This record gives sequence, structure tokens and C-alpha cells, in this order.
Amino acid sequence: MLAFLTARLLTMIASLLVASLVIFVMLDLVPGDPASLMLGLNATPEALAALREQLGLDGPWPQRYLAWVTGLVQGDFGLSYTYRVPVSGLIAERLAISLPLALYALALTVLIAFPVGMIAAATRRSWSDVGIMGLTQLGIAMPNFWFAIQLQVLFALVLRWLPAGSFPGWQAGIVPGLTALTLPAIALALPQASILARVMRSSVLETLHQDYMRSARAKGLSAAGALVKHGLRNALIPVLTIIGLQFAFLLAGAIIIENVFYLSGLGNLIFKAISARDLIVVRSCVMVLVFAVIAVNTLVDLAYGLVDPRLRRR
Amino acid sequence: MAAARRNALPLSLMLGLALTGLFVLLALVSFFWTPYDVTKLDVAHRMQLPSALHWLGTDNIGRDILAMIMVGTRTSIAVALVAVTVGVGLGLPLGLLAASRHGSLLDEVVMRSNDLIFAFPSLVIAILITAVFGPSAFNAILAIGIFNIPVFARLSRGAALSLWQLDYLRFAQTAGKGAMRISIEHILPNILNVLIVQMTIQFSLGILAESGLSYIGLGVQPPTPSLGRMLADNRTLTALAPHLTLIPGMAIVLIVLGLNLLGDGLRDLTDPKLARQR
Repeated sequence: MLAFLTARLLTMIASLLVASLVIFVMLDLVPGDPASLMLGLNATPEALAALREQLGLDGPWPQRYLAWVTGLVQGDFGLSYTYRVPVSGLIAERLAISLPLALYALALTVLIAFPVGMIAAATRRSWSDVGIMGLTQLGIAMPNFWFAIQLQVLFALVLRWLPAGSFPGWQAGIVPGLTALTLPAIALALPQASILARVMRSSVLETLHQDYMRSARAKGLSAAGALVKHGLRNALIPVLTIIGLQFAFLLAGAIIIENVFYLSGLGNLIFKAISARDLIVVRSCVMVLVFAVIAVNTLVDLAYGLVDPRLRRR
Repeated sequence: MAAARRNALPLSLMLGLALTGLFVLLALVSFFWTPYDVTKLDVAHRMQLPSALHWLGTDNIGRDILAMIMVGTRTSIAVALVAVTVGVGLGLPLGLLAASRHGSLLDEVVMRSNDLIFAFPSLVIAILITAVFGPSAFNAILAIGIFNIPVFARLSRGAALSLWQLDYLRFAQTAGKGAMRISIEHILPNILNVLIVQMTIQFSLGILAESGLSYIGLGVQPPTPSLGRMLADNRTLTALAPHLTLIPGMAIVLIVLGLNLLGDGLRDLTDPKLARQR
């Protein structure tokens, strides 16, 4: 297990290094000079040169890359060109909205998808299965931002049950915070729950035909008992993979939903930074998201290794 | 059971074909006929409900919604189609090549670069590409297409790898056929069905991605109508005139639904084993 753990962690570090290199080179190719963007059109050449040096824009790219990566490791993400504050602080501030939103949406996704997928599998080919599968098809086909707009109009403007947007901040309390995130979380969760419910259904169906399920029934468990006690655990492996991917998607993919609900999350920060060519912010934000994806994938892999020793040898 | 299977199987295929066909037809017809000119503003008749004159009503500056949906569908389909073609065109040869040299350095490089691309948040990169190189249909295609490459590379490699184990491919090799020739003559025809299914799925994802990019203003530019921008333009009026966002949104839902049903139906049709399990 220790060898497996070490191997997975080394792979993770290697992936992160390659990803950081790709991000750096890609953004280095972007036209535009941050120094002239910051100082405006009337800046003197001397001031520009001084600022470039201060921002560390002068050296050859391998040197600047190394400086960036060592900074990242030490938690120093550099200074934003436009906001003139440390990038790490900006990211932390935005993650305080994006991370809870992603977790909220993921919790809703799982809470909806698990029972729905299991009911569909247990009642395969009945009307409830056909109905559920039809609804999930609709859920997958829906652009989440369009769904978000409709939710906003119905629940915020017409019924006035929930706020239409913006975030009061966690200092206002947990309940107002979660209330503000409820509509965005639902808008994010329903399409994802539709995907997960389908995976859940086919995964449960797969286990229903296994020998151990027949044995469980033979020793006297009811169909539902066998499903919950033996089927579910085995069905969860592909489901976990999808949940891992979905978490990463929810963290990064909320950009448009944040736009609909006027939330200042990580996506919003990236979007604004891209428009303002504040590439140091873009670079570190993308890196944080890539880190999240790779870390979640590694955790899912480790979880597999824990559950199924055969997978450790790969 | 058997009857249910026979009935359940064509249903998704038929529905998918009908919906996809309808929107492809709308898009094709829009090349030479739309009920109104999509660039014609008619402010006197703005925000009208569906009527005999304007079948789906008019938008906030009096443009005919049906006409805009027809042209917008055309845009969406074109962007998604080219993005899928980019994905297949690059991903398929890479996947076949990697499979034919399983375990080689090349295989390893192809697979690791796939993992790398999968680690990037696709929407963020798409926004980055379109924002940096300028919002346009071409850059939207590029941004969506890049993420299709690893999908098809991985799929074709996986499918081809299992075929390489089969005796007849070993015989073909013994008979002196090269890896590339075997890939094209024997492997490609056998993985075509999974490829086509995946193409419909990526196609529908492309339509969704395009609508998202257009919604935030990074897709095709005005005055060319796009389904995503119709939502953005009329968003603030949704409470006053719900049909302004309901209709374009439903159009997107129906196109994507049609493609997904088509993909499901094709998969059931080409892989009866899987259909029995489902």
C-alpha cells in the first residue's frame, strides 16, 4: 500500500509540474504587456521598464517560470496587475464562495441521484424507470445557465422565496449565505444529478446480475436488503469516479452560473481577469483549478486502492 | 420482455432522428428562407407573443424569434460539427497509432497528454482562448474542438487495443500487413459504431458549450443570431415576457435531447449486448 501511495503521489506531482509548465507557456504567448496595461497610455518608457523589472517580467521565461512555481509552493502567488493585492488573498476570498457552492451542489447532486438511480434500476422497464430516464435526458440536455434564469425568475422574482442573486458574505451568517447559494446550487446540481442518476442506475443494474447478489437473496435477504447491503457498495466504484469529475466541474464550471446570480466566485475572478489581461491572476486561478482536478483524481484512485487491493498493482 | 425490447429500442432512435432531423432541416432551410430578415428591427412590434404573423413572437427589438432560432440553430450546428470533426480528425489517428504501438513511448506520450488535457477545466480554457484571440465562431470551434481530441484518442485507443488481441489481426500481421494498414482496414470498420455514438454525444456537448460561450458574449458575434446570445439579450426581460428565453432555451434542449437520444438509440442498435443489460 505504501508503494502504491508513493507512486500515486509522485504521479500527481509530475502531472502538476507538467500542467504548470503548459499553463505558463500558454499564457506567456498571450499578446499584451501587463506593465503598459497597468500604467496606461501615457506612461514613460522609464516607468514601464521599472515596473516590468518590479513585476519580474524581464527575465527569460524559464527563469520566470521557476520563480512562479517556487512562489506557488511557498503560497506566494504574486501580485495582481489590476487589483494590486496578493493573488493568493484574491483566490482565497473567491474560494470562500466557490468551494461552498461546489460542495452544496455536489451534495444536492448525490442526494438526488442516489435514490433516483436506485429506484430506476430496481423498477427497470416499468413506468417509473421510463419516466425517470426521460426526465434525466431532459436534465442532461438543459443548459444549466438557462435553467438558472428560469429558476431565478420563478423563485426570486415571481414567488419571492429566495434571493435573486449576489452573496451577503459569510459574516452575515451561515443561513443567509446558504440561502443565497441555494438557487445557484440547484441550477448546477440538476443537470449533474441527471448524469449521476443514469450512471447509478446502470451501475446498480450491472451488480444485480452478479452471483453474490443471488447468494445474498438465497441466504434470505430481501431484494431491497441485498441491493443496499451488497449491491450498492459494488455499484459505487464507477459512481465515485463520476462524482470526482463532477466536483472538479462544479468548481470550475460555475463561471456562467456565477454570472447569472451575480456571485463573485472563482469563475467570476477568472473571467474578469481574462478580460483585463491580468494574466498573473488567470495563471494562478487556472493552476488552482487544475490542482483541484488532479488532487480529486488522485484521491479517487487512492480510495479505489483502499477498497480493491487488486487495483494497487496497476 | 422481448416485445418491450423491440419497442423500447427504436423509440429513442426514432425520437432522436425526428428531433435532430427537424433542427437540421430548420438550419438548412434558413440558408435560403427565413420568415423575416434576422437583422430587420421592428421596434413597433417588439416583445410580441406568438401570433399568426410571428409564429414564435418577436424579441426585445422586434426581431422575429423563429427566424433567429433557425439561423441560430445553423450557427450552433456548424460550430459543433466542425469541433467534432477536429476531435475525430486528430484524436482518431492518434488513438489508432497509440494502440498499434501499445506500450511504446509514443503510446505513453499520447495517453499522458490526454490525461493532461482532461485535467484542465474546459470551460475556463475555452473562455481563455476566445477572450485572448478574440471572440469569434472560429475561436469557439477551436476552444471546443481541443477538448474533443483526447475524447476520441482515448476511445479509439481503448477500442482498438481490445481488437489487437484478436487472432485475425495477428494473422493479418503475420501475412505482412503493416500496423497502419491493419488499423485502417480491420480496426476502423470495427470501432466505427462506438465512434459514431461518441460523435453524437460530443456533438450535443458542443452545442451546449457553444450556447454557453455565446451567452457570455464569446461565441459568434452580432448581428449573426445565436441561441446562447438570444438568452443573454432577453434575460432581463424574462419576468415580463417569459417566451423570450423559454423558446430559445427549449430549442437548445430539444436539439441536445435529440442528439442524445439518437446516440443512445444508435448504441442500442449497434451493440445488442449492451441493450439487453440496460
